[in-house]
Amino acid sequence: MSYARPLVEVHGLSKTFRVHKRAPGVLAALRSVFHRPTESVNAVQDLSFTIGEGERVGFLGPNGAGKTTTLKILAGLLHPTAGQITVAGFLPFRRDPAFLKQITLVMGQKQQLLWDLPPTETYAMNRALYEVPRAQADETIAELVALLEIGDLVNKPTRQLSLGERMKCELVAALLHRPRVLFLDEPTIGLDVSMQAKMRAFIRHYNERFAAAVLLTSHYMDDVTALCPRVIVIDQGRLVYDGDLKALVRRVRPDKRLTLRLSAPIDRRLLDQIAPVVSYEGGQAVLSVPPERLNATVQNALATLSVVDLAVEDPPLEEVMRELFKNAHAGTPAAAAVASTPGAGASATRPLLATDPGSGS
Amino acid sequence: MHILSDARRAVRAYPTLLRVGLSEVVAYRAEFIVWILTTNMPFVMLAIWHAVAADGPVGRFGQKDFVAYYLAGWVIRLLTSTWLVWELSMEIRDGTLSARLLRPLHPLFAFSAQHLAALPMRVLIVTPVVTALVWFAGDRLAIRDPRVLVIFLAAMVGAWLLIFFTMVLLGSLSFFLESAIGVFEVWLALFAVLSGYLVPLELLPGWVGRVARLSPFDSMLSFPLETLIGLRDLGTATRDLCTQWAYIATMAVFGLSVWRRGVRRYVAFGG
Repeated sequence: MSYARPLVEVHGLSKTFRVHKRAPGVLAALRSVFHRPTESVNAVQDLSFTIGEGERVGFLGPNGAGKTTTLKILAGLLHPTAGQITVAGFLPFRRDPAFLKQITLVMGQKQQLLWDLPPTETYAMNRALYEVPRAQADETIAELVALLEIGDLVNKPTRQLSLGERMKCELVAALLHRPRVLFLDEPTIGLDVSMQAKMRAFIRHYNERFAAAVLLTSHYMDDVTALCPRVIVIDQGRLVYDGDLKALVRRVRPDKRLTLRLSAPIDRRLLDQIAPVVSYEGGQAVLSVPPERLNATVQNALATLSVVDLAVEDPPLEEVMRELFKNAHAGTPAAAAVASTPGAGASATRPLLATDPGSGS
Repeated sequence: MHILSDARRAVRAYPTLLRVGLSEVVAYRAEFIVWILTTNMPFVMLAIWHAVAADGPVGRFGQKDFVAYYLAGWVIRLLTSTWLVWELSMEIRDGTLSARLLRPLHPLFAFSAQHLAALPMRVLIVTPVVTALVWFAGDRLAIRDPRVLVIFLAAMVGAWLLIFFTMVLLGSLSFFLESAIGVFEVWLALFAVLSGYLVPLELLPGWVGRVARLSPFDSMLSFPLETLIGLRDLGTATRDLCTQWAYIATMAVFGLSVWRRGVRRYVAFGG
């Protein structure tokens, strides 16, 4: 996939925070009045990537990897310590109004809706602040309200809305000015499964309709799998992988998942003879099969078992991530985990090369 | 930076911001009333000084002068005070300032609109006190002279601006300190004494009174108050108006400078 115009360009981005250190206890508290030792925390280190117009990119990493910090820098909330960044042609940290009109940052755990007023009041305020013509704002609100199925909810005080309803109303406020770049930080956090699916459909619709670039973080891997053909993975502030999601899965967990639905219960040892068993319960078995042995294994299963239905899938992304970062926590940098897998273009010492050739970057 | 283009955008956005701000004030009306009740100190001081003046004037102040002074002081304080330091301190600490920083209008314009939107409610509350002021001490009010009236109105706008920028300065300290509220408490104690909020400046001990008149606190309350009730003649009031606006310019420069430096350090906690 190639994208004509990069909307987000990041080169060598680093962000260091100085944090106060203090031991617990009254004595330490008193000592800290006179002497406050600090330490530097490198939240983001030498990060580089680009995102093109219309692209949807998942931004993955364990807690504390630097994802939210990066999003805040890209949105202009934080000043970078080093590196060059442009978003829609602007330097984000200057927070030029023309820049702010082209982006939005949605944080699932923070909201911009006025708490005691109906969301319509926030929309009115944003319309004025973003100088959106009234007709365009009305049209956008009507369209978004219909897509998100929130109807009259926009007229109820925000505090009376459920989390999911609030999140939907929040999205309308965030997209009222039709931004070209969407930074979405856990937009589906706390939502139920059906609400998550609606949000995903909505984000995809917006992205396709306005060719908006989307950079999305989520701990729900279904969000990423459903929305993002490309992922950027960071760990401890460093780039681990940038490229095609499927390629990442193939590298970290090359084996396929063969799911068999059986007509009657069988002895698990029979399954073990065919391929390693990932799970077996309720008449459904999941086997882990190397791609080169897939055909033979399927034929073997059909010949020896009473199979009602079968499916071949990639391993779930959660598992891929777990595997990737398990190595990192065991002392092996996650980048090396990617690099060590067959066909990886990554290098443990130069994580910036950890890109998949097929990516848009 | 973008302050001039922001000002133009603010002018266009202000009607909506004021309307939304007023809706918020109405939504928070209970808290608002409670806050009003906490501003009763001038009435306590009035009761004390009124009793003291029963035996004869204290300096230039007779009983009626104290009535005029404290009622007018309460009204002016209510119309010119802002709670920005609390909001700034809280929003910087918990990261809610982020939403404001992401909007294409300088947050201080949005804050100012939010605060000015509370004025209609405040006017509603002070109306009975203003009526009482005119009833009991109308003859003490100097604003029947249109020149004094103009200076008084300019002084009121100036007092609001001076306090607003002072709150910007104090609130922005939260970018650097764990919380700016402690500093604000110190400021508030100084304000209570040096602005004439508790005691008319001319009744303070000599050197304290002189310090108070030279300080910006005078411009925040005592100047418009004493102009209103005729304790400063036209010449003095004109000179003090210039002083007040010089303080506003200085405080604006300091406040915005600390704000700008602070925003660079902002860590946008949360999320």
